[in-house]
Amino acid sequence: MPSLKDLKNRIETVKSTRKITKAMQMVAAAKLRRAQDAAEASRPYTERFNAVMGGLAASVGGSDSAPKLLSGTGSDQVQLLIVMTAERGLCGGFNGNIAKLAKAHAQKLLADGKTVKIITVGKKGRDAMKRDLGDHFVGHVDLTEVKRVGYADAQGIAKDILGRFDAEEFDVATIFFARFENVVTQHPTAQQIIPAKFEQEDDAEATLYDYEPSEEEILADLLPRGVATAIFSALLENAASEQGARMSAMDNATRNAGEMIDKLTIQYNRSRQAVITNELIEIISGAEAL
Amino acid sequence: MANLQFDLVSPERRLAQLQATEVQIPGADGDMTAMADHAPTITTLRPGILTVVHGGGSDAYVVSGGFAEITATGVSVLAEQALPRDEVTQEVYDQMVEDAKTAYGRAQETFKNEPGPVDDAAKLLSDMVAIGGHIGLTAKN
Repeated sequence: MPSLKDLKNRIETVKSTRKITKAMQMVAAAKLRRAQDAAEASRPYTERFNAVMGGLAASVGGSDSAPKLLSGTGSDQVQLLIVMTAERGLCGGFNGNIAKLAKAHAQKLLADGKTVKIITVGKKGRDAMKRDLGDHFVGHVDLTEVKRVGYADAQGIAKDILGRFDAEEFDVATIFFARFENVVTQHPTAQQIIPAKFEQEDDAEATLYDYEPSEEEILADLLPRGVATAIFSALLENAASEQGARMSAMDNATRNAGEMIDKLTIQYNRSRQAVITNELIEIISGAEAL
Repeated sequence: MANLQFDLVSPERRLAQLQATEVQIPGADGDMTAMADHAPTITTLRPGILTVVHGGGSDAYVVSGGFAEITATGVSVLAEQALPRDEVTQEVYDQMVEDAKTAYGRAQETFKNEPGPVDDAAKLLSDMVAIGGHIGLTAKN
């Protein structure tokens, strides 16, 4: 049975914890709104880009001269996994879920006899995967210092990846991130970016475009940008998902702390009452004995 | 005069969405002006000034690379980096020129024996300097 003083201290501790989780939740809510706005602002670009690329890819894709970024190297032996997670924890299952998906994917590839290389973006994913797949790490991107992800960050990552592709270090690249659905749900997602895949709109009437300069040149110019664009939108989705996950995790924590305070307060009051009753009994029985 | 739908988007935000009468585009192979009923064209951009003429006057934007999709009814410009002309101060411009210079220097180092990338970077730099001439800013040497 803890003493009254212990109980009181404990209540104080839980109260200050609740203050912290509450503050974190509110910060996450504010950041979430910003992240969502950023994700929304980038959507028109991504949509138009993919539409144009879809058309281009369809007209050039079949030929032998198609760039390798589109047609692939003809092999899928060496697989590069780019695992994007957060730099910070305390956001529920967010980092764990992405790492779990990437791990399962890697294990499957390894079982098929493929070579797996991993680039991690964000510290938490690196920590989560280090034990099982640490030998496969080939690179890490640190975004700790970045307050708001910009297109330049995505370009940096894309440049690194494209450099490795040109050096024939891998055949297929897949990115892992969490797609933001709403505050409660974020879906860990795997998306193949090299060779590039574009969704075709079948019903859309194909317009015949003039290309300036040539189709191939434009495609060669745009494909590397496509990689950066895919990474950028993944980074933005991730940022929104992280804040969403943190918000609901901190909401839960705040509620739990509240329940705990109620429970401890009841316990505290009961013990105090017990002490008072005890003292009374002692006084009364002392008086009776006289 | 027939209007066309003009969209200017960069990866980070949508800069403009309006009805325009003509759009002057700094294409990779030369400047072009798109008006309604233009033949469908896709062109890449070089760094330069993009001008939109609409009912209420005209707006200018500084764009650095990207591409434009022109159809009979509209123009969508997907710029890598785009800023309204007024937001390009001497400071911002210096930074852009500086970036182009660094890219040029890096290209010279990494691709010593391949003229392609070095020429591209040199062109980027000269385009940047040319932008300055158009908007009344000078590049520091």
